[in-house]
Amino acid sequence: MTASAPARPAARGAAAPPRPPRRRAGRPGRRRPNVLAGAGAFAWLAVIGVPLYVLLVATFQRSEDYTAAGPLALPADPTLDNYARAIDNGILVFVANTLAVTAAVVAIVCILSATTAFAVVRSRGRWTTGVFRAFLLGLAIPAQAVVIPVYLIIVQLGLYDSLVAIVLPTAAFALPVCVLILTGSMRDISDELYEAMALDGAGSVRTFLRLVLPMSRPGLATAAVYSALQAWNGFLFPLVLTQSRDSRLITMGLFEFQGEYRVDVPGLLAAVVLSAVPILIAYLLARRSLVNGLMGVGGK
Amino acid sequence: MSAAPATARPAARPPARRGGAARGPRAGRPSALWTLPGLLFFGVFAALPMALVAYLSLTTWGGLGDPRFTGLDNWTRLAGDPVMHRAVVLSLVLTAATWAVQTPISLLLGVWAAGRQRTRAVLSAIFFLPLLLSSAAIALIWRSLLDPNFGPLAWIAPRVGAPDADLLGDPTGAFLVIIAVTAWQFIPLHTLLYQGGARQIPASLYEAAEIDGAGRWTAFRHITLPQLRNTITTSSVLMVVGALTYFDTVLILTGGGPGSDTTIVPFLMYEAGFERWEMGYASAIALTLVVAATAVSLVMVRVTGFGAMRSTREGM
Repeated sequence: MTASAPARPAARGAAAPPRPPRRRAGRPGRRRPNVLAGAGAFAWLAVIGVPLYVLLVATFQRSEDYTAAGPLALPADPTLDNYARAIDNGILVFVANTLAVTAAVVAIVCILSATTAFAVVRSRGRWTTGVFRAFLLGLAIPAQAVVIPVYLIIVQLGLYDSLVAIVLPTAAFALPVCVLILTGSMRDISDELYEAMALDGAGSVRTFLRLVLPMSRPGLATAAVYSALQAWNGFLFPLVLTQSRDSRLITMGLFEFQGEYRVDVPGLLAAVVLSAVPILIAYLLARRSLVNGLMGVGGK
Repeated sequence: MSAAPATARPAARPPARRGGAARGPRAGRPSALWTLPGLLFFGVFAALPMALVAYLSLTTWGGLGDPRFTGLDNWTRLAGDPVMHRAVVLSLVLTAATWAVQTPISLLLGVWAAGRQRTRAVLSAIFFLPLLLSSAAIALIWRSLLDPNFGPLAWIAPRVGAPDADLLGDPTGAFLVIIAVTAWQFIPLHTLLYQGGARQIPASLYEAAEIDGAGRWTAFRHITLPQLRNTITTSSVLMVVGALTYFDTVLILTGGGPGSDTTIVPFLMYEAGFERWEMGYASAIALTLVVAATAVSLVMVRVTGFGAMRSTREGM
């Protein structure tokens, strides 16, 4: 964030009468364009954009041209061969596996964190407070720290090298954050609504289904987004708990590609791009809840 | 999933049975049984492993057969293992560097991106992109970009007078690359957190400051920063715990090398456990990680009052 001093006019002391706000909903205190910050932001744009540009361009380049042409040059002779090769190498199977794992993780996490959060928020007693504390402490357990016993448990259950083996611990590790998110959004449901349900004679199941779930949709969306990203991008559990090609997920697939095709960089990068396509599509379709969801993870 | 059902109608009634009548407040309240499914699941795959890792750290176990109890052997060995000492130092340096690099950039970008101008919205959408890529994908991209023989680095380096640039082959270089790549990967997330935080700052505060003649810097220093207090804590804790556990990036980018110059604690644990199959020893390493991460989180719960579920707006 460096820029030269003159970019910041010291207009403070010199009578700055409160001009009427020109923009409708702009942030106050931002009347003049902030040159310094703008320069910084464009510098960061380069930091983010240039590698992604180089990545994309490389995937359309013939392997022979890749090293010769220079990273910024557009491919002289664009080709889809790299993508074809990545697909031949089974990337689509890995994507399908990952989709299945992600769906299962999201379903498990949403159901379990919603029921838990409901009890934490609504039932009175030391037990549920204790449960909530336990989940808070669970936030601190890094997956790496328990991967060895998880491996032991999975082997004992006879699940080693299956997709289920990845789903179970991945979901368990997404639970604490999601319980936290959902207790936050369920706390915002007003007592009057609960009382109204109670006056209607609703039991806890009906209250949960008819009031709590519909009212916590933003929280559920956040939990879904968070757990989906965990599952999609998970690396350690697939690395340690699976082995065969049939249960390979996309992240492991990429890792293996790297070993097998060291020299075929464009092919590898095409696989990387393909691996991000489903998430990119989800981003384009549900940008708002994805962004708000991720904001919510830290915000609440 | 339809919008709030059957709620508006009875809500209009005055709250009946205040005080006394015990039935009212209890009706519709879930019993503690509701916590069981979540708790069981979490227990088997997260809490039980915690207990197991403590037990395994007292055994010798090769991954097959039964663990053999060997008391504190692993711990004595760990205490005297120079590679572990090195890994701890590297982890601490990496964590500190992560915080020092990522916090200022994310904070400034986040506050900037919180503005509603169109440029800012468009750029924010682009800044967000690395979040869509997995650590594995990001590490692979950078490994390819920095490859000394086949990558853009190989093309650029000779043109700027450094013909043999092999960043990943150089101890300091490799370490700096890990700091830079993880920053590239995680700054977007933290920017998002700060953007969310900054948007919650009441506009009236800035208006008041402006009437008082405060400039941009003064407003940032005396309104934005204090108001972002909670966000700073949350983001910092996520960063610190995250940095303690960077693993994918190290495995793919450097494999702990050159030598063991980027072998941080989680990577050392992986090596011991799943490459040398010394599961007992690896468990001892893992337990030190748990202790470190738990300590950080407990401090977080204390400092931010997460446990008491206080509102972020409280004490304004």
